[in-house]
Amino acid sequence: MNATAQSSTEVRGAAVRFDHVQKSYDGVTLVVKDLNLDIAPGEFVTMLGPSGSGKTTCLMMLAGFEPATHGEIFLNDKPINNVPPRKRGIGMVFQNYALFPHMSVAENLAFPLEIRKLGKSERDAKVKRALDMVELGAFGNRRPAQLSGGQQQRVAVARALVFDPDLVLMDEPLGALDKQLREQMQYEIKHIHESLGVSVVYVTHDQTEALTMSDRVAVFQDGVIQQLSSPDALYESPQNSFVAQFIGENNKLSGKVTARNGDLCTLVLDDGTQVQAEAVNIGEPGARSTISLRPERIELQPSESRDNIVDGVVKEVLYLGDHLRIVMSVAGNDEFIVKLPNGGRKTIPVEGQVYKLGWSAVDAKALDAVG
Amino acid sequence: MSASTTVSSTSGSSGASGPLTNDGQPLKRSLARALRREKFRALLLISPLLVFILVSFVMPIGDMLFRSVENKIVEQTIPGTVRALASWDADSAELPDEAVFAALADDMMLAQEIKIHTRLGSRLNYDQPGISSVFRKSGRKIKGLDHEAAMAGFIAIDPAWGTPEAWTTLRNMKAWPGKFPATAQSWDNWKAWYLSEEKEELDPATTIPHGFTYAALYHDLAAMPASSIDAFATSKNTDAAALFKNLVGQVDSIPSDDFKAQFADIEKGWAELDNWQAIQRLSPRIVDSYFLAAIDAERTAEGIESKPDNERLYLKLFVRTIFMSLVITGSCILLGYPVAYLLANLSVRASNMVLILVLLPFWTSLLVRTSAWKVLLQQQGVINDLLVWAGVINEAGRLVMINNMTGTIIAMTHILLPFMILPLFSVMKTISPTYMRAAKSMGASDSLAFWRIYFPNTVPGIGAGSILVFILSIGYYITPELVGGTTGVFISNRIAYHISSSLNWGLAAALGSILLILVLALYWTYDRIVGIDNVKLG
Repeated sequence: MNATAQSSTEVRGAAVRFDHVQKSYDGVTLVVKDLNLDIAPGEFVTMLGPSGSGKTTCLMMLAGFEPATHGEIFLNDKPINNVPPRKRGIGMVFQNYALFPHMSVAENLAFPLEIRKLGKSERDAKVKRALDMVELGAFGNRRPAQLSGGQQQRVAVARALVFDPDLVLMDEPLGALDKQLREQMQYEIKHIHESLGVSVVYVTHDQTEALTMSDRVAVFQDGVIQQLSSPDALYESPQNSFVAQFIGENNKLSGKVTARNGDLCTLVLDDGTQVQAEAVNIGEPGARSTISLRPERIELQPSESRDNIVDGVVKEVLYLGDHLRIVMSVAGNDEFIVKLPNGGRKTIPVEGQVYKLGWSAVDAKALDAVG
Repeated sequence: MSASTTVSSTSGSSGASGPLTNDGQPLKRSLARALRREKFRALLLISPLLVFILVSFVMPIGDMLFRSVENKIVEQTIPGTVRALASWDADSAELPDEAVFAALADDMMLAQEIKIHTRLGSRLNYDQPGISSVFRKSGRKIKGLDHEAAMAGFIAIDPAWGTPEAWTTLRNMKAWPGKFPATAQSWDNWKAWYLSEEKEELDPATTIPHGFTYAALYHDLAAMPASSIDAFATSKNTDAAALFKNLVGQVDSIPSDDFKAQFADIEKGWAELDNWQAIQRLSPRIVDSYFLAAIDAERTAEGIESKPDNERLYLKLFVRTIFMSLVITGSCILLGYPVAYLLANLSVRASNMVLILVLLPFWTSLLVRTSAWKVLLQQQGVINDLLVWAGVINEAGRLVMINNMTGTIIAMTHILLPFMILPLFSVMKTISPTYMRAAKSMGASDSLAFWRIYFPNTVPGIGAGSILVFILSIGYYITPELVGGTTGVFISNRIAYHISSSLNWGLAAALGSILLILVLALYWTYDRIVGIDNVKLG
């Protein structure tokens, strides 16, 4: 990382634009429905979604391995629909690394440089720099099979970057690594991105990965971007129930909107409880809505007056070290979760007891109805 | 280092001579004991196959290979002659002496009685053409040989020699059989002859041997220094002393039957130096003559030499076999590679369909497939008809595509193609399509990505397929036999000929051994160049 720190000043990334892009494999169903996405130079954008949501298809269209059925993709404002993959100059890291097994690590890295007809000395210098960047300088002569999964992953990243592309695509590159290595690699990739200034489009189904690394995250569902925003916005203000559900942990409370009051609204839950929530994505009064509430924003036995105070029965208490995880039954939801930070308190909630719960209206997001 | 620390931490004791277990036993021994049971069970599991392979493969092959050098028949058929001939100098321009002919007469007497002399003739005939008829023709006339002269000579010196007691005395002497090798051999021959002729064991107490044995006795005595006979005559064995007393100084006076001249009369081949040289050359139990014949060489007076050009056959056949096998392997790669690629890259349903088409030939008889090629390729066949009809060739210029090399190559490529496609397919299936995508994303064109990335990864498949096809084709028999004519046959056809027609099994075994050595040598070369661990069947 140190070796590349000095070149971190300029941003050289490419701009990508998806313009009304649609994709269908069978001519019956659309895998990608009307995709519009702008990626700024040097930005790290993650496409996040469950499998089958169309995120990998979008990546493959950008790389050129799948043609767009409709619409146009622009790379630095130039349409690239008819440009073959090899002329797009995009670096790519594949899910299982796709390191060429019959070549050494150095030969793998030199391959794109050979194609670009670089001289031997220049080639060697670039390969060395790229290997140093991923801290594998001593491994140039090894075969990929002689490396560990994490090392192979680094080689794949180095290979995607060695020919100085402006845009790097990563297709679930950390999927095959164990948790600890995955977290370490997340930071390394993020640092490389920051120091090189390239644009990165990253595909994953792991929300932690997306939140850790990205400038912006596009949440995919059913071939549509459900929300495109920064990681904190995604968590703090989800635009619909799917995003709220998909990102982080979330309690759902279903009810009916009774009144709207500026940014806030009043709902009657299915068991008759009346609550206040922030009106994010609701219909007219009378329409059904689902409230999304993060478990760590709920206070047990609220000392001060809160916007909402509700009774709940403790069903299960799990001790998780840094916090207590309490499963409760609240307003008809039997899987209502409350996270209590472990502040050294003596009293632990007792199973079967009724407790008062309180939360602010702004922490409860009234979204589109689910189920 | 790390191993010893691990062990000492678990056992608490670590001896100077390697780690120990808790009860003080060396760890290695304990481990071996623990694994022995498992090894034994594993061995038990494979033992049926092991025994089967041993009985049905290793032993017959070993026996066959041994036949290529085995040559007991000469010593078994004419043992006395072989012994007597050992001292003959083949380079002297003279025939062997009378002792050899006497032994031959004796051996042949028995051989023709039990009818094995023609078998020896056939064996010798492989290396000495014409000698077979010498043996065959002599056989009938051996009984007519005069062989009583030596016997009469002995009896004239001392009538005791005409009694069974004399022979009992002789055979009880300490010098028997050491100083009387020819006589002892002849006595055994006589016993066997008697059994065959009279259908009963001979009783030495009542029977004296025939004249050939007296002749052998004469030659044994003649070969001894006079002092030996003196010693017999004065020995403590009074019976022997009495028997030999009158012989002192008289041995030279015993008349000879002159078997040498008699044999020359029976069959003039016995007076030919070549024949005797061949017999002496082929006397040992282990000979290299089959191998020499298999590489078109022979042993002459000047040493090992190549046969004249017009008699050379096998080297040319070996070269042709290897050349054609290489061509067949090459064609299989060229034709099989695209098919395997297609198979590996089609959808599962479609590739199963194509795979069935590839395997279809396996379900039809080899004979039918080969015959089908005959129908297609012959001069009045389908392909020639089509070409003539299309005007590519005219009626007179019909192509000769069968009963020659072309026919063999076409038919065998067709038959062996699946053996190339299947390993290639299974290797290609393991090559992730992302390799090609990765190469293209780095800027490689389709052909560059193929040659630099895809093809090198299929080399193990090509290697496996090539070894399979090459080894199968180098020993192929039935197809060349059917469509090879004279110019398209393989060495194996020659081997089959020697096994079933000429019955020269030794030569067939030698040819087979050379073929085996060739294959092993090629395998070794392949291992050195490509590396055998670079071969993948899937």
